[in-house]
Amino acid sequence: MSELCLVPIGSLPPQALEWIENAAADWFPLPTRRLPAIAIPDRAYDARRGQYQSLEFMKTLAQCAPRDAFRVLGITDVDLSIPMLSFLFGQAQFDGPIAVVSLCRLHQEFYGLPAQEALLRERTVKEVLHELGHTFGLVHCSDSTCAMSLATHIELVDSKTEKYCARCGTQLAQRFARNGGV
Amino acid sequence: MKKHWPILVVDDEEVMCESMAAWLREDGYRVDTAPDGQKALELARAADYAICFVDLKMPGGMDGIETMMEIHRIRPDASIIIITAYATVDTAIQAMKEGAQEYIVKPCNPQEISMLVSRILKLKKLQSENAILRKKLARQYKHHDIITKNPRMDEILALTQDVASLRSTVLIRGESGTGKELVARAVHFSGNRADKPFIAVSCAALTETLLESELFGYEKGAFTGAAGQAKGKFEVADGGTIFLDEIGDISPKLQADLLRVLQERRFYRVGGTQEVEVDVRVIAATNKNLAEEVQQGRFREDLYYRLNVIEIQLPPLRERREDIPLLAEHFVQRISSELGKDVAGISADALKVLIAYDWPGNVRELENVIERAIVTCRNGSLESADFSWLHRDANQAQDWEVPDVPLGELERRAIVAALERKHGNVKEASSALGIDRSTLYDKLKRYEISH
Repeated sequence: MSELCLVPIGSLPPQALEWIENAAADWFPLPTRRLPAIAIPDRAYDARRGQYQSLEFMKTLAQCAPRDAFRVLGITDVDLSIPMLSFLFGQAQFDGPIAVVSLCRLHQEFYGLPAQEALLRERTVKEVLHELGHTFGLVHCSDSTCAMSLATHIELVDSKTEKYCARCGTQLAQRFARNGGV
Repeated sequence: MKKHWPILVVDDEEVMCESMAAWLREDGYRVDTAPDGQKALELARAADYAICFVDLKMPGGMDGIETMMEIHRIRPDASIIIITAYATVDTAIQAMKEGAQEYIVKPCNPQEISMLVSRILKLKKLQSENAILRKKLARQYKHHDIITKNPRMDEILALTQDVASLRSTVLIRGESGTGKELVARAVHFSGNRADKPFIAVSCAALTETLLESELFGYEKGAFTGAAGQAKGKFEVADGGTIFLDEIGDISPKLQADLLRVLQERRFYRVGGTQEVEVDVRVIAATNKNLAEEVQQGRFREDLYYRLNVIEIQLPPLRERREDIPLLAEHFVQRISSELGKDVAGISADALKVLIAYDWPGNVRELENVIERAIVTCRNGSLESADFSWLHRDANQAQDWEVPDVPLGELERRAIVAALERKHGNVKEASSALGIDRSTLYDKLKRYEISH
């Protein structure tokens, strides 16, 4: 089964999975499948930092993924981090099957501003394309408008577009072509 | 590009190591991790890390500062970034005094770490470019050593310009010391690969297995002592030119390997299973007659034709004697300046001696002879007396022309000459002739030579 499995972790904005499905259909020749939502892993919470350890999310996704899943993308609305970094928009197994995206810092409300659903959708799509790109072996791109460019703060997410640049897009297409569609 | 700057993360907390490594890998870096100082040193011995992130506090064994100092001992060019918590910032500052390039307090903002890594690598790139440019300048200086007013050499220099920007293989033939490598450099530095590496390999200097790993690199464990992966000269020369000197001396196996690289532009490292693709221009040189080697079955015909796309035949110095004064003046200027000796030039008489000599070692021999004369000369310019030893050597060399006489007569003359040179001293004469005294006495008797 060559599917992209979407796994909600905790509660999500109502349209989030639909946004992701639509974006994935534009770029990846894979059917998507929604898996049942799972609870936020208990071990992930870092009380000192008030954040969640991203690696625990990745481990949980690896455990709950169907054995034949091609790519597994976890989506959460809580704030992720790793010990070294103060936060993450998302994390992926480089050239591997698991990735996670956090919508927490994609909300305008996080920055004390009024909610904007359209902007949240755009940002979600950009970060999903970014992390899935990593799972297919793409590295950060120097084109700041490409979904694969590194965003270390929200303004950089906003300066990206909801697409891969020609070079990254071609690399992705070649990757699929080499694997006979998947 | 980023793959050329490997990074090491050293931390006793696995989650810290792995998450940091994963984040950097997404940025395109090759990242290794080590849970303690000992493992870090083991890895640093095998790989040339550009940056090492080292946690300050590691319980048991070596702490961060000790680890940093040991890594620096093995890899002085590695930039160490100390990772610390707020509580230990003072110690981190101490670490910087001991040689750490930076310290970061965890957790830090992704932007901070991203900028830190790119700033360090930018500096390293500049340093590396600076080193390349310095070498290039030095090489260009050498390039000017091609000094000539000989029509054949002029044609050759024009040809080097014409073929400089092509990727075609060049085969340079010429006696030892005629400047084959200089011409190869001239081809490289005149073309569109000039800002890429020029790598010279002397094929005759190494055994087959050493040359194989030298050219193609090897993987960890490919043979005893292969502690880590190593790039071969073909990989190092990627984008540039590889100069294979004494190509006529390579083994049949390497001839086959080289043919494959020339045909397919790809190869395997020794012990490797993944193909490495390179864009390298090959310039080969030999003082052998390769066509004859092919006829004798010692050199592959298909490789010969692959190499011999553009052939440059360098004349020996004795066939371009008009260049001897120019070259001699040039070497006098350069070598006297390098040696710090105040030698202004070379006299007309001295030049006559140099022009008359046959230069079996060609331009290299001329350079060495000038250097020897500058070292020993006591005047402000080089006189014929400064080359009297050369004249004598030349005459001695002429003495070696074998006269058309019976062998016994030849031996008799050699004995007489030795006795004359040693003023009749039989002990010294026998020693010079390489025989013992009683044998010399026997021969004196046989040839009826009185002394």
